[in-house]
Amino acid sequence: MGIILVDLMLFGFLVLTALAIMRLTNLFAVTMLAGLFSLLAAGLFVTMDAVDVAFTEAAVGAGISTVLMLSALALTARNEKPFVIVSRRMAVPLICCLVTGAALIYGTLDMPAFGDPDAPVHTHVGGEYITRVIPDTGVPNIVTAVLASYRGYDTLGETTVIFVAAIAVLLLIGFPRSATRRRDEDGSE
Amino acid sequence: MHHHLILRVVAKLLLPFILLYALYVQWHGDYGPGGGFQAGVIFAVGFILYALVYGVDALVRVVPRGVLVGAMAVGLLLYAGTGVVSLFLGLDYLDYSRLAHDPVHGQEWGILLVELGVGIAVAAAMTAIFVAFATREPDIDDEDW
Repeated sequence: MGIILVDLMLFGFLVLTALAIMRLTNLFAVTMLAGLFSLLAAGLFVTMDAVDVAFTEAAVGAGISTVLMLSALALTARNEKPFVIVSRRMAVPLICCLVTGAALIYGTLDMPAFGDPDAPVHTHVGGEYITRVIPDTGVPNIVTAVLASYRGYDTLGETTVIFVAAIAVLLLIGFPRSATRRRDEDGSE
Repeated sequence: MHHHLILRVVAKLLLPFILLYALYVQWHGDYGPGGGFQAGVIFAVGFILYALVYGVDALVRVVPRGVLVGAMAVGLLLYAGTGVVSLFLGLDYLDYSRLAHDPVHGQEWGILLVELGVGIAVAAAMTAIFVAFATREPDIDDEDW
């Protein structure tokens, strides 16, 4: 009962935050609310016992991406451009959203209930991992064992993605060897 | 330089604990939640906090840009290199079973090494992205804010 109340409260705040993000035009406030959104999502992951995911969401979503968004915001405008509502143009996106949303809700009807022990995810490969992880690797945290050993290729790809993303950012916005030299060049112009 | 005295003192007090916690998450990922990715992010957050309070130039003096880019590559190569080592030991790519005297210990060593690679790559990449953004001169005036 208590956990349901916590879930309802977190989901309620999540929806309120999303609505506030939609309505606000001040990008600074939007960035801070996006961080709050991630923190609430991390809380929800904790109530689902997915602590590794919650940890990542709190550190990346609420922590570092907020800082990176703020530093990107410093290079651009602080307010969104005023949005002119043209009712003729709204029909198609609205229908797209409604149809997609209805399809997603229809899709959830077939899903097993949360924590259902007969769900396919628990009866096939999940149980296999739980019985094999300790004899195979001796690592008590199954998530770590799956990430780094059984699914090592995927994690290698993930690390490569982060490496490539950082290289792309450095190439796009520039990474001068030294800030002082660049400042001298600016001064001489 | 005397602005935000409390902020500077508190940040200086917090920094060692943030970095120590990152190391804890890194090496304790086998037993508790977390691992290389989370540890790398927390480590980068420590550096970014330092940059926010003391300025990006101070951070660049501590970790030069070349070190950041190098560490990104070293982390990724440590991961990929662990896989190459297991190839030379006669196993599949990223199969760690022969990295130690018995397969279970080999797996533990392999997981530790690749997580360390992930941690180094993520910490360097996040810090590099922040430094790149923060050292770029903004194009807008203060009045626009």
